[in-house]
Amino acid sequence: MALVDVRDLVKTFRRRPAPWSRATTVRAVDGVSFSIEARETFGLVGESGSGKTTTGRCLLRLIEPTSGSCRFRGDDVFALPASRLRALRRQMQMVFQDPYASLNPRMRAGAIVAEGLVIHDIGTTDQRRARVDDLFELVGLDPAMRDRYPHEFSGGQRQRIGLARALALGPSFLVADEPVSALDVSIQAQIINLFMDLRERLGLTLLFVAHDLRLVRHICARVAVMYRGRIVEMGPTEAIFRDAAHPYTRALLSAAPDPRLGIHRPLVAFDPSATDLEAPLRDVAPGHLAAIV
Amino acid sequence: MTGQAPDQPLLAVGDLTTVFPRGPASPAPPVRAVDGVSLRLAPGETLGLVGESGSGKSILAQSLVGLVPPPGRITSGRVVFEGRDLCSMDESALCKIRGARIGFVCQEPMMALNPVLTIGDQIAEVLTVHGLASGAGARQRAVALLDMVRLPQAALRARDYAHQLSGGMRQRVLIAAALACQPPLIIADEPTTALDVTIQAGILDLLREMRERFGLALLLITHDLGVVADLADRVAVMYAGRLVEEGPSCAVLASPAHPYTRALLASLPGATPGSRLTAIPGAVPDLAALPRGCAFGPRCPDHDAACDQGAPEPMVVATGHTARCVRAQERR
Repeated sequence: MALVDVRDLVKTFRRRPAPWSRATTVRAVDGVSFSIEARETFGLVGESGSGKTTTGRCLLRLIEPTSGSCRFRGDDVFALPASRLRALRRQMQMVFQDPYASLNPRMRAGAIVAEGLVIHDIGTTDQRRARVDDLFELVGLDPAMRDRYPHEFSGGQRQRIGLARALALGPSFLVADEPVSALDVSIQAQIINLFMDLRERLGLTLLFVAHDLRLVRHICARVAVMYRGRIVEMGPTEAIFRDAAHPYTRALLSAAPDPRLGIHRPLVAFDPSATDLEAPLRDVAPGHLAAIV
Repeated sequence: MTGQAPDQPLLAVGDLTTVFPRGPASPAPPVRAVDGVSLRLAPGETLGLVGESGSGKSILAQSLVGLVPPPGRITSGRVVFEGRDLCSMDESALCKIRGARIGFVCQEPMMALNPVLTIGDQIAEVLTVHGLASGAGARQRAVALLDMVRLPQAALRARDYAHQLSGGMRQRVLIAAALACQPPLIIADEPTTALDVTIQAGILDLLREMRERFGLALLLITHDLGVVADLADRVAVMYAGRLVEEGPSCAVLASPAHPYTRALLASLPGATPGSRLTAIPGAVPDLAALPRGCAFGPRCPDHDAACDQGAPEPMVVATGHTARCVRAQERR
């Protein structure tokens, strides 16, 4: 059985562009289904506005989904009452995109990492202290830096703090939303390596939300491509990179410039009006689905 | 395209240094955001200027056109453009060059566009200010320019305000404004960083097309080596305020001579999926506390005592390819 099983997830937002105009409904996530096996790293790629971040946040109910279900080890996360949801949150955590915005500037690094332990009333003060020291070492930070404030850390170090915070309660499932896109290029590889090491050591299951296709190809076993709130293609990463079936996926793959290729690749154009965007996903190869007719 | 013989460069920057003072009470020396940078750009040539955040690449671009934000100032060097030194010009003379002879495209078009003017009026304004057209004629040319950068329904869209356009369309508007006076040089500071990859590809294609059509020289500032590979003839790599490597893009990307460039390329994911990446240790240095000698020294795998003897001078590793590393030539 899959660790995480999402069925028909829908999230709509009501928006009113100006006080005098009529409110409209935007379907940010429009009937998304996928499942993630235990210890698997599943990539969710797409451009801004495709609904990938909203999907990730809905799974943890950081925003309330409109409809659908998300089974985590059999429990429907979306149907749980608040008390049981809180218990379940120990199992599923999030690493945010921007390490500058996601750490409270008035809290010391150690307190940020320990906050989840305090909220869930785990351990004594001394035990928490020891746990925070362990977590600092786990993510490659010197525990002596626990009394510093976020602004005293570099971007890469801040993302390590964010990761230590997410790991504090010993979760089995992490949603990582663009965890390196806000970091300097020369720092990104350090953090990606850290994710891969921890995944191995702690047996983590990862939902990796990203727009960088090279990165997704590097660390994800399977990947889903989102466009305008829907999954247009899903399957084993290598199959998608080698034999993309959906015209949008092909356009996306052709658009990313690669310094190793050195030459300009011909760009594949994507014309949404010439594509049936309502087409349901169907099998194109074993485990490889695409929304094509 | 490589342009003509480089004996008559369009732009020649010599030993340019831009500093930011540390505050009135601080005894510490000012921060050198741009530290002795020299580069040349031939007519029609595209130079990719690569660096991470804080490397000084944007301050360098601003220094070239006399737009360093105070309290920063240029303390030495020259910027010779079309035979004249921009550093010694007064503000009114510079105003005649900016926009008319040097176009500027920035990263965040929303900041560069006036929110209360229609985009058509803003482009017409460029033409009017530089005395190339006025009134209805200027507005007509503005529409033609918007059409040229492939803004859909240009005549209609010219009446829109910046907030009504998508990020990619705004960037097209900025490119239209930069091209309005047909300048021989465009400086584009991270023109695609805020955009999605498919939109980025469209903007890069547009820049490529405009370059061919008008014989533009392009100074393309980016942190993305992929963008450089896609568009640049030559590349200059900046680290901690200095140019550490410069050369033809294909040579620099295929056989980088500076350890920083090498490490940056090696750290990119993609070679073997699932393998550990070759990470660069440490963090980008604080410009206020640079090491003696090579700024990359503390992160460099080949670092030894020779690296701390002072800032390395540029070493020629091949024709037109230099690197500021004491061992650049041994490696060949």
